[in-house]
Amino acid sequence: MPIDLSSPDRFPARHIGPRADDVLRMLRVIGAPSLAAMIDDVVPPDIRLGRALQLPPPATEHELLDELQSLAAQNQVWRSFIGMGYYDCITPPVIQRNILENPGWYTQYTPYQAEISQGRLEALLNYQTMVADLTGLPIANASLLDEATAAAEAMTMVHAVAPAAESARTFLVSDACHPQTIDVVRTRAEPLGIEVAVANVEAHDLRGGVFGVLLQYPASDGAVTDHRALIARAHAAGALVVMATDLLALALLVPPGELGADVAVGSAQRFGVPMGYGGPHAAFFATKEEWVRKMPGRLIGVSQDAHGHVALRMALQTREQHIRRERATSNICTAQVLLAVVASMYAVYHGPAGLRAIAARVAALTTVLARGLARLGVTVKHASYFDTLRVEGSAGQVAAWLRAAEARRVNLRVIDARTLSVSLDETARADDVQALWEILRAGAGAGAGAGAGTADAARAGAAAGFTPAEIARELDAGAALSAPAALRRTTPYLTHPVFNRHHSETEMLRYMRRLEARDLSLTRSMIPLGSCTMKLNATTEMVPITWPAWNRLHPFAPPAQAGGYQVIFKQLEAMLAEITGFAGVSLQPNAGSQGEYTGLLVIRRYHHSRGQTARDVCLIPSSAHGTNPASAAMVGYKVVVVACDERGNVDLGDLARKAEEHRDRLAALMVTYPSTHGVFEHEIKKICAVVHQHGGQVYMDGANMNAQVGLCRPGDIGADVCHLNLHKTFCIPHGGGGPGMGPIAVAKHLAPFLPRHPVIETGGEKGIGIGAVSAAPWGSASILLISWAYIRLMGADGLTEATRIAILNANYIAKRLDASYPVFYRGEKGFVAHECILDMRHLKKIAGVEVEDVAKRLIDYGFHAPTMSFPIPSTMMVEPTESEPLAELDRFCEAMIAIRAEIREIEEGGAPREGNVLKNAPHTAAALLAGEWTASYPRDKAAFPVPSLRDDKFWPPVGRLNNVLGDRKLFCSCPPVEDS
Amino acid sequence: MSAMSSYPDDLLYTKEHEWARIEEKEGGVKIATIGITRFAVEQLGDVTQIDLPKEGETVKQSEVFGSVESVKAVSDLFAPFTGKVVKINSPLGDSPEYVNEDPYDEGWMIQIALSNPEETKSLMDADSYQAFLREQAE
Repeated sequence: MPIDLSSPDRFPARHIGPRADDVLRMLRVIGAPSLAAMIDDVVPPDIRLGRALQLPPPATEHELLDELQSLAAQNQVWRSFIGMGYYDCITPPVIQRNILENPGWYTQYTPYQAEISQGRLEALLNYQTMVADLTGLPIANASLLDEATAAAEAMTMVHAVAPAAESARTFLVSDACHPQTIDVVRTRAEPLGIEVAVANVEAHDLRGGVFGVLLQYPASDGAVTDHRALIARAHAAGALVVMATDLLALALLVPPGELGADVAVGSAQRFGVPMGYGGPHAAFFATKEEWVRKMPGRLIGVSQDAHGHVALRMALQTREQHIRRERATSNICTAQVLLAVVASMYAVYHGPAGLRAIAARVAALTTVLARGLARLGVTVKHASYFDTLRVEGSAGQVAAWLRAAEARRVNLRVIDARTLSVSLDETARADDVQALWEILRAGAGAGAGAGAGTADAARAGAAAGFTPAEIARELDAGAALSAPAALRRTTPYLTHPVFNRHHSETEMLRYMRRLEARDLSLTRSMIPLGSCTMKLNATTEMVPITWPAWNRLHPFAPPAQAGGYQVIFKQLEAMLAEITGFAGVSLQPNAGSQGEYTGLLVIRRYHHSRGQTARDVCLIPSSAHGTNPASAAMVGYKVVVVACDERGNVDLGDLARKAEEHRDRLAALMVTYPSTHGVFEHEIKKICAVVHQHGGQVYMDGANMNAQVGLCRPGDIGADVCHLNLHKTFCIPHGGGGPGMGPIAVAKHLAPFLPRHPVIETGGEKGIGIGAVSAAPWGSASILLISWAYIRLMGADGLTEATRIAILNANYIAKRLDASYPVFYRGEKGFVAHECILDMRHLKKIAGVEVEDVAKRLIDYGFHAPTMSFPIPSTMMVEPTESEPLAELDRFCEAMIAIRAEIREIEEGGAPREGNVLKNAPHTAAALLAGEWTASYPRDKAAFPVPSLRDDKFWPPVGRLNNVLGDRKLFCSCPPVEDS
Repeated sequence: MSAMSSYPDDLLYTKEHEWARIEEKEGGVKIATIGITRFAVEQLGDVTQIDLPKEGETVKQSEVFGSVESVKAVSDLFAPFTGKVVKINSPLGDSPEYVNEDPYDEGWMIQIALSNPEETKSLMDADSYQAFLREQAE
């Protein structure tokens, strides 16, 4: 036998939990002869992909990191002075290592189970407090996707609440906003019938039905303008004012709230979050208290636990799309929790004095730069600025400046042929100012023509004749910030102790570790949330994220400097197209919800291109996730609900009737596959055919793609578009509630309509493709590396095997738990797909036990509950994923079975219906160690219901949350210390 | 709690689970006090927020006039009658729990001056409403 010289260490065996002999054991329990035979029974034969996926051969982890190193060398990190909402920054290493690179912080899910999420809830409350303080507005949410989409969200909120909005249709956007913000706002406005007028707002009379105004403060080109009078005029006209702003500038400038603005939005990127060639970053949204219930995104609130101690939770969940469906005003779900946590920790680490010092230094360097330019005779347009200068010259001069910049590997922003801008950030040094002087001296004088660049470059080392230190000495402290007295901030911020006590690295480290220990993450146990695919986020996939060659690129740097990224994008697009069976891919949408919205916009544009503008009906099965109808409403579609049968399958008769009834207006069907009930519908091809027959397009929700990869493909099934949650199927970690990525894949006829971008050429055809849907051209580009790495490490066989094992794991759990909690839906041959729904509806009647009680008792056993009451009330949906090993599946099943036995005690009268071990769960150590123990069961039964917990126990930091109190008495910033 | 006090006899009921108490004021103007029924309250659970129209606004029969939120759901409120809102129960802003504790008295929501008293005929009495609830439960 020849010797195999390839590496024996293969990644699929690291990614997939069950070993070969485990698989055989599990198949025996399930009663299936083989994995292949089981899969044949699960996936309908007429949709099977009868071949292997055509993907590059799998790499080992070691090989892949080498490959990523050489690709990274194709990226060139030039010094960026581009600005436009993205700034180089310093991630404090203690935060980088202990949060950004720490699975204890990046592998949790959205904090639905508040009792085991107190760590990140506290960090997010810090984020809200930081944003509220700095913007001068009382209520801030716990992050949005990016500044541009936050501005679009603000537009729709203002449209819902502004006094003038009853009749007015115009959203007035300052021409001083970032171009990507303007484009995203336009994309969002058009289907809603909102007119966007871009103008010099200070000169605008606000007539013509203006319901809202969007300003950029400081402006995109750096100007710092006092908008108080304009804001007063807007209010007098019944319009509300949104300010896109910059948190670092607000450390020195009068904040939007004090200027009278109604909403402030922006990006927290420069608070320690790397640029990452576009993301991920956390955006913020702050507003006045009167609109808190209209505010998009997730909001953390202060409440109490069952023992009366302060405890945190997500507040006002009823605002979210899963409850409001098509009446929701926003479809956002996944946000940017991990990055919001990083930004909040940056504020904790630096504190108010530190932030002020950083901002003051940036402002001082900018002022010094401007003074030097004045000496050099270069025109700086605005006299009032924070960190950005607008520089003007002749076309010849500008060309010479750009050549000189290129020679020094420096990127400047080109506004037009005669205008540049230069933005400084916290990484800037006096050397940079000196270099900028040299660059902007180039072409001084009239004669700068072609060929001058070489001479300029040669001269570049020459001194300007003065130094930054000399000019700085001439400035008094008050002149460091070049802004009028009326715009200099006098009010304090970040006064809460949390921002004032963790400034040594030792304290900072311990604070972060203390919070981390309060959260249950994948580092401790499985998180079997249905429809969320909490699989392994492998370390190798994560490693390149913090390499400077990947994370210090500005998203608007010339694409030629991002050669490595271009390779990744091209390969990832090709691999995702092959996996989905589609022709075109857009990597721009920043979350699954954004993918849905983008896919529907593409469909809409396609219909319009064929003159079919009347098509505006979107069919949605009753079992759909609430984001579907919310996304449909965002593109102006009317939602028509299609009935489902008792198995959760689309009722084909009802679908045919409704498609026929609306045939002239039918735009699309949104369908999840496998269904939200966790089964492969056998009629899916017919479903797609019916919709096509009546002129509609089929949108497939990719939330459950983990059951399809390698076995079947949306494109072959008959869908026209699907989105992919890269943070589910393709291993981007959930980050405790974001980042996510929701690229879409489309059939050939839709590819020309994919989203474009106003700054960097991308997407569909010019004049045909839809406008930008995210601030950055490739969304959160840096985390695309994770999905690319996953696919490359697994290869076609590994990916298909992962799908098979995901289905096996779900069926194993279904089989083991069916006797305790009947499995709700199965496919025709008696199998579930990659998740299963456990029926708990009868427990209330027989024992007074609600699904929430089971969820909270699972915490005592060391588990995060599965998805509760979706898609069916009083059920749990379990998705184990392929990454969980048999031992963990068994541990989970045993916990669930033991809880069923505890319920039986209540049923049989052995335990009371109230005050039992389920109702009192979760049990904190403090409650169990209380002097007097009055419960009807012993303490060790509460804490150690199974013996293994004595060896390893996750103690919940708080008892059961009081949800009602938190929503009735809403409090959304750091609580006073005497209470905590 | 007896069935009687769950659905008082002197009230009218809608299929959307609102109740109305009709009183005739001086000048023959009919004023309807409106709230949600015990059944609605039990379905919602603990109420956390109530959105009501402003006094002086006009509401139309069967159209949405506000919403009520609990920790698990948000429901629209449908006007039983057309008319002008003459009074709202402003303490509910700070104390939405009144709706849970006392839906027919302290938990009332708005008062409407009826534009068309004929509309009262389209509502159910307590017996019909309870029959309707039984029918729904089947």
